Amino acid sequence: MINIFEVNETNKMITQENLDVRTITLGISLLSCITDDLDQLNENIYRKITTVAKDLVLTGQEIEKEYGIPIVNKRISVTPIALVGGSACKSSEDFVTIAKTLDRAAKEVGVNFLGGYSALVSKGMTKADEYLIRSIPQALAETDFVCSSVNVGSTKCGIDMDAVRLLGDVILQTAELTKEQDSLGCAKLVVFCNAPDDNPFMAGAFHGVTEADAIINVGVSGPGVVKHALADVRGKDFETLCETIKKTAFKVTRVGQLVAQEASRRLGVPFGIVDLSLAPTPAIGDSVADILCEIGLEYAGAPGTTAALALLNDQVKKGGVMASSYVGGLSGAFIPVSEDQGMIDAVRAGALTLEKLEAMTCVCSVGLDMIAIPGDTKATTISGIIADEMAIGMVNQKTTAVRVIPVIGKGVGETVEFGGLLGYAPIMPVNRYSCDAFVNRRGRIPAPIHSFKN
Amino acid sequence: MKKTIITVVGKDTVGIIAKVCTYLAESNVNILDISQTIVQGFFNMMMVTDATQSPKTAAQIADELDKLGQEIGVSIRCQHEDIFNMMHRI
Repeated sequence: MINIFEVNETNKMITQENLDVRTITLGISLLSCITDDLDQLNENIYRKITTVAKDLVLTGQEIEKEYGIPIVNKRISVTPIALVGGSACKSSEDFVTIAKTLDRAAKEVGVNFLGGYSALVSKGMTKADEYLIRSIPQALAETDFVCSSVNVGSTKCGIDMDAVRLLGDVILQTAELTKEQDSLGCAKLVVFCNAPDDNPFMAGAFHGVTEADAIINVGVSGPGVVKHALADVRGKDFETLCETIKKTAFKVTRVGQLVAQEASRRLGVPFGIVDLSLAPTPAIGDSVADILCEIGLEYAGAPGTTAALALLNDQVKKGGVMASSYVGGLSGAFIPVSEDQGMIDAVRAGALTLEKLEAMTCVCSVGLDMIAIPGDTKATTISGIIADEMAIGMVNQKTTAVRVIPVIGKGVGETVEFGGLLGYAPIMPVNRYSCDAFVNRRGRIPAPIHSFKN
Repeated sequence: MKKTIITVVGKDTVGIIAKVCTYLAESNVNILDISQTIVQGFFNMMMVTDATQSPKTAAQIADELDKLGQEIGVSIRCQHEDIFNMMHRI
């Protein structure tokens, strides 16, 4: 029988340490919607999403109430739209109509975000892929809840540098078209290497073609819980530190597993995975950077940061993996800048630079995330940043991503406010030396030697 | 049987248990076990209850207890036992 101390421990995590389930994401396959008639395709997509997901938000709210655990987001991911719209869309404008349909469906069912306005082009782009990628700026400017991602590389295929170059332009255009809202459109666009098919987190969620018709994926959170647990073991050795992180990660993940099972049962949709990520929010005490400080750094970004983060990321996985029957998605510590008060403080103090963040992405999920850069950054420079991050993912056989926001009209030292979970960020300096000649080469970077495992 | 755990935390005052128990009786929720401590003037109680015979939904009971807690000046949470079992038992 559960005792009062265990009950109090759980409730303290929820009420004081920001324990929550970050998202229930319902993955929906749109492959069955495909037709070559654009109007019919839009109709099919709207009908499928609003049918499959009609009870998602209500079910999420019921689970929240019954178990007393906040579920912050209810979201939908769909099959990459470049595949779904391939035969019906003859132009970028055609793809934008699908984005608007997705937005309408998201609003109808009441979810926070809908991901999957995506293309998978790690080896090359089809005509449809290119139309979709070129449509992203308009699609993100004219919708509210649609999120977009493009997978431009993988360990097996190498990096499609033509797509990387194109995305430099696309990110700048997206920033320009949404400049009235501090270039917010770029916060809804992620460029991936080795993108997983079952990621529940936005903006990079999509429902991979390897998945079933519908699936429930859950992302847990809980940086605040880990930080509080570590406060009790200050000054102790690494073994104690690691054990504490593992035990805490186990407990946090068990809650995710429970919510995933319940959501799956009540919606009649199979359970996919629990994503073991530590996902911060801008709320005080819900920060991954604060954990790094608790481990012993003055600020995130100080020497030792990469090692501390590697340790944290590994222990979170080791603790979480036994707590869930299926683990997947991105699973690791997230280090978005604008969504994490401790990271924002570190940037403000001059402790954390873009280059250090790049090093940190080698040892954790996911990548250069929610980083505001000057609006006058060149497209080729953005492509260079993407190429660097993709190379880290490709060579290290891990997922990496880039979500940078060139804030039009603002420069280094100014602050940009995105609001809500997206937070706010000081604009960070970017290396001003050119990589034009590198980025402007055509073709792709070959897969690394260790991809030949057959 | 699905058990519901009710926790009451707050400043100690006269009649907390009486008010909570009255509400539970009116809602046809059976109390299976009560444990209670007072730490530095703070009242801390856990009840294990069976709400399966109640005409009210779990969400409704949670909402009404939350409201009652605000009236008395304490925090009352009502949760399915599985969240605690999952976290603390393998």
